[in-house]
Amino acid sequence: MARRIEVRRRALLAGAAVFVLPAARAAEPELAEAIRAWAGGATPREGRVTFDIAPLVDNGNAVPITVRVQSPMSAADHVTEIVVFNERNPQRDVLRVQLGPWNGRAELATRIRLSTSQQLVALARLSDGSVWQQRVEVLVTLAACIEGA
Amino acid sequence: MTVRTLIVVPPAIRRGDVFNVRATIGHPMETGHRSDGAGGVVPRDILRRFECRLDGNTVFRATLYPAIAANPIMAFTLRAERSGNLTFTWEGDRGFRHSETVALNVGA
Repeated sequence: MARRIEVRRRALLAGAAVFVLPAARAAEPELAEAIRAWAGGATPREGRVTFDIAPLVDNGNAVPITVRVQSPMSAADHVTEIVVFNERNPQRDVLRVQLGPWNGRAELATRIRLSTSQQLVALARLSDGSVWQQRVEVLVTLAACIEGA
Repeated sequence: MTVRTLIVVPPAIRRGDVFNVRATIGHPMETGHRSDGAGGVVPRDILRRFECRLDGNTVFRATLYPAIAANPIMAFTLRAERSGNLTFTWEGDRGFRHSETVALNVGA
């Protein structure tokens, strides 16, 4: 008896893996497309960007984020743009910011909405045209956008 | 409609030092994705653009999307060589436009 239950449990887990995983990643091509469209010809590299967000979010209605980019912010070498994209909100875009050497540091903080657990990516474009990124995964226990009027 | 804003800059700034700027505005940032409870959706009403100018020169510009939380906060840094006026402008749906100016007190 115990063995039969074990077999069924395994079958269920296998089924869950087959059906849940593709659904969970269904939005990823859209995220990749949003990044491609913004980056133009540049290929985003890992590094320089630090994306601070709580890995476990209790309330998706107002989630603090901070994005910092390692840069001297000089006239010759600075960050020109920082953007944040998400994987599974209704729209990929979250925020786009233009900055320059007068900012002193390449840093921004705000609060965002998350409709569900998902991947987020912060990207920075530098004055030399290179593009850098950091990806984060967040678990959301109470989503934004679910309550009625 | 009364617009409420909260702008925080240091009371005194040393020339060339990097300082924090934080601008908050009261706004629902209605996403346009939320149900109105009667089979429709609540129409979108968001702020789309935020700009900060120091004596007329743009020093920070943001494009906002519905994923920005209600009562948007924009926090960033600046470096200034002299005293001046910092002007913050928010623009959005339904012809929304609001500006606030604060004085920057930059010393040696």
